[in-house]
Amino acid sequence: MSTDTHTHHFAHHFESADHELEASKEGMWVFLLTEVLFFGGLFCAYAIFRSMYPEMFHEAHKYLNWKLGALNTVILITSSLTMAMAVSACQKAQRNKAIVNLILTFLLACGFLVVKSFEYAHKIHEGLLPGALFHNHEIVHPKAPLFFSIYFGTTGLHGFHVICGMIVILWLLFRTIRGDFDKGYFMPVELVGLYWHFVDLVWIFLFPLLYLVS
Amino acid sequence: MSTIAAAPGTNYLNATKGLRSWIGTLDHKRIGLMYLFTILCTFLMGGVFAIMVRLQLGGFNIMTADQYNRAFTYHGTIMVFMVVIPMIPAAIGNFALPMLIGAKDVAFPRINLASYYIFLTGATMAAYTLFAKGVDTGWTFYAPYSIRTGTSASWVLMGAFIMGFSSIFTGLNFIVTIHKLRAPGLTWNRLPLFCWALYATSVIQVLATPVLAITLLLLTFERATGIGIFDPKIGGDPVLFQHFFWFYSHPAVYIMALPAMGVISEVIPVFSRKPIFGYKAIALATFGIALVAFLVWGHHMFVSGQSEFANFVFSLLTMFVAVPTGVKVFSWVATLYKGSLRFNAPLLYAFCFLFVFTVGGMTGMFLAALATDVHLTDTYFVVAHFHYVMVGSTLMGFLAALHFYFPKMFGKMYSECSAKWGCFLIFMGFNVTFFPQFILGSQGMPRRYYAYVPEFKTLNQLSTFGSWLIAAGFIWTAIYLGRALVAGAKAPSNPWEALTVDWQTASPPITENFETTPVITSGPYEYR
Amino acid sequence: MLWTLPFFGTLPVQASEIASRWDAFYIFLVVLSLIFFVIVFGAMIIFAVKYNKDRRAKAEYIEGNHLLEFFWTAIPTVIVMVIFVWGYVVYRDMVQAPSDAYEIRVIAKQWLWQFQYETGRSEINKIYVPLNKPVKLVMTSEDVIHSFFVPNFRIKKDVVPGMYSQVWFKATVLGEHHLFCAEYCGTSHSGMIGTVIVLNDQDWKNFLKGREIPAAGSTGAMGTAAAGEVAAPTMTMAERGRELSKTKGCVACHNDTGAAGGVAPTYKGLYGSTVEMTDGSKVVADDNYIRESIENPQAKIVKGYNPVMPMFKGLLKEDEINALIAYIKSVK
Repeated sequence: MSTDTHTHHFAHHFESADHELEASKEGMWVFLLTEVLFFGGLFCAYAIFRSMYPEMFHEAHKYLNWKLGALNTVILITSSLTMAMAVSACQKAQRNKAIVNLILTFLLACGFLVVKSFEYAHKIHEGLLPGALFHNHEIVHPKAPLFFSIYFGTTGLHGFHVICGMIVILWLLFRTIRGDFDKGYFMPVELVGLYWHFVDLVWIFLFPLLYLVS
Repeated sequence: MSTIAAAPGTNYLNATKGLRSWIGTLDHKRIGLMYLFTILCTFLMGGVFAIMVRLQLGGFNIMTADQYNRAFTYHGTIMVFMVVIPMIPAAIGNFALPMLIGAKDVAFPRINLASYYIFLTGATMAAYTLFAKGVDTGWTFYAPYSIRTGTSASWVLMGAFIMGFSSIFTGLNFIVTIHKLRAPGLTWNRLPLFCWALYATSVIQVLATPVLAITLLLLTFERATGIGIFDPKIGGDPVLFQHFFWFYSHPAVYIMALPAMGVISEVIPVFSRKPIFGYKAIALATFGIALVAFLVWGHHMFVSGQSEFANFVFSLLTMFVAVPTGVKVFSWVATLYKGSLRFNAPLLYAFCFLFVFTVGGMTGMFLAALATDVHLTDTYFVVAHFHYVMVGSTLMGFLAALHFYFPKMFGKMYSECSAKWGCFLIFMGFNVTFFPQFILGSQGMPRRYYAYVPEFKTLNQLSTFGSWLIAAGFIWTAIYLGRALVAGAKAPSNPWEALTVDWQTASPPITENFETTPVITSGPYEYR
Repeated sequence: MLWTLPFFGTLPVQASEIASRWDAFYIFLVVLSLIFFVIVFGAMIIFAVKYNKDRRAKAEYIEGNHLLEFFWTAIPTVIVMVIFVWGYVVYRDMVQAPSDAYEIRVIAKQWLWQFQYETGRSEINKIYVPLNKPVKLVMTSEDVIHSFFVPNFRIKKDVVPGMYSQVWFKATVLGEHHLFCAEYCGTSHSGMIGTVIVLNDQDWKNFLKGREIPAAGSTGAMGTAAAGEVAAPTMTMAERGRELSKTKGCVACHNDTGAAGGVAPTYKGLYGSTVEMTDGSKVVADDNYIRESIENPQAKIVKGYNPVMPMFKGLLKEDEINALIAYIKSVK
């Protein structure tokens, strides 16, 4: 681990590394704002169809396993914690701690996807699929396929964001091991941390909306 | 800040040579030129489809109904997504914005380059369908027709989806650039109005485009797997598609218009030799328009089956867009008062803008008012209206910006006389093409019509003739600008004697733009 | 020629009651636009000439004028409010049909118009309407979105699959008027042209009795004239609906006598009444509600009943649904 303070090389159009960090953080916040709007469209569709068919939503959501959903929520929140700890470790130049926490975050994300794949497998088996693919015989309401369209749409998009996050975390892990980060420069870790917290936050909204419909 | 010492004669165009230095460039000016070149190509494509549409409507009967439906769909889709939306922000903004604020580049040059390639990818994906089954839904992709059509619509939808990300990243880049990279002394009060315009545009791009993205994604999934959200046959709501679609597509027209207005706000002071009239009002009006833009999407749906109450609200809110727009038009004209006017091409295009945009804006009132909209919507009146505002604003603004920045971009001067003729041809051609369409619409000719009842023949023929004039104007413009590129006179660093800091650079500038970071000590329009 | 038409030939014939009020508003907007245009463009030209650099070497340094800016903000605000109010007032009368309007059902499909009358008569692409009497159209599409547009009447409304939309008019000019589809709907969108044929009192009475109408019009014949006698329809739309309720099995559970205690709600007095659902919400039993109850009965369950009605989605054609609704409406 390096103890000498080497000045990180920042891009030519910035005045200092701090300037670059500030600008990059702002960029990440703006990007997350666009993601809010992106998911927002789906949440809007959810709101519209739920207000049109409240009993159907109530009936269909029973086919979701809320225990697995709650487990996934705990998994993601923990991964946010480990991610935050990884950022803090980089800040303090504690490379080993950073590596451990990044690996934990990655493994927890894997766990999330494993639980998700069990859930999806069950749905596929029961014919609880979106739209025209729906072929379950227990649910009576004719609009039930819509619920599953929204379920797969929102959790699928969210899962895609988790996978992207995992790839980026792997890249961060590689760079940490290589020794790229220190007290003066840990910007990529911080930015990915912000993204990861957002992904977690989206799930925290999705879980009650899909799994806990009263 | 360190001083850059460039070898004499070195500028951003020749600093590094070879194709690879362009393909992987991080220089915002080169990226701007790459966008410019690509957009001129897509503009040519969209224009060819327009000529084809007008030939058919002029009575030349060159295609079948199915081919015609594809022609107008491609014309609209290409022009909206591949031309007017990126035109000024990506081609001109990328080039000029950093220089206008005294910076060396945009905040995220690599994201800037990625934006360009994302744009190219989406455009290629959509263009590929020309060789497949084509697309015939109209650029608005209304469900359920867009769900059922057996054409290659999904490829175009995904192409537009991908291009949307280019727009989002450009907006993101500009917001952070304006926030974080302003030179010392450049307070918000001294920010040039083109920057204000790009800022407001970027906010719209960042907030509205993701909604389009999810809409196109949902429509593609509806086509592929029938999720049942828009298709009434499986329980969906086709009017919901219209709400989602227009929630983006109305703000989108301000992505087209606001940067153009920003260009006009820059050009008029320079060529009048006096400050812009009402700087604060114009900056405020820009944001006012951007805000109201998000509240009025329903005015595209007055006869769609939307409730009377919704119609009431949307009509009322739409009226509020007229006021800040009017304020801007009055301010621009007032800037000319007691000025010392120099009739160079940029100012002439600014005049064209004022004429064409004002007509477009006023005809918008006919459509914003509920009673008149019922008869006029979905007719050629709407086609004329949006061409007047879109071409009037974006295209005229772009031409003004192109002629304004040409010496800076290429270090060459074009022939003023040729430019005046080009401007005249384009202006006359435009009005001959589109003014008759207001009358056609009022008389009841619906839009997207392959054939029409005989009463509408004369005005259609007139409109087709106009389209040839516009084409001639653009061909002429390409010729004299091309000639200037090759053999034009060498441009001085500040041929227009502008005060903004982007003109205090060489023509063309060095890669770093400025030898030393400028310190701003006065406003951008203090022509005393 | 066209130039004899209203407002220098730029507007179509005024063939409906609302058309003259519409035209007045339109002309007001044109005049307003012209005034505004002359002010703005006139100023621009005057300034361009007067302040040419050859005439004026030095510009005057003016940053703004608050009073002027106030006025050119306030006055347009007032003007746009006037435009909004006038536009809304005329619009309201354009869309609110009188209660005694004669109802005709419209079914749009790629690429023709079908018109169903209460008398049971059905027409393709030609809609016959009475002179000086209000007519209301209840419209739906069998496939994609179309739009019912009659320029001479100044009316337009989208025709959407899966729901009913309405438009009304009172025709004031006899003869034939163009009917266009105004929402792009595929290959023959521009070929989906129909005719509105406005009949005088006598001809209208004959039409309702099922007789042939002579193909003459003040603007000349369009399309093919009906040849020979049109067979008088044997059943009204409501009677057909009653037959369908038997052949399609509705009578197994529903009655139209008002008798309570059955498996399903009665039709008697249903149309237009307010119905309470199992979740407490209340719904007005209009065309869209009845249609939904036929196609997707599980969507709304009436309080006091069980969700046992089978789905008829895809099993009935649009004109059959229209007939059933007419029947239910007739049982008051």
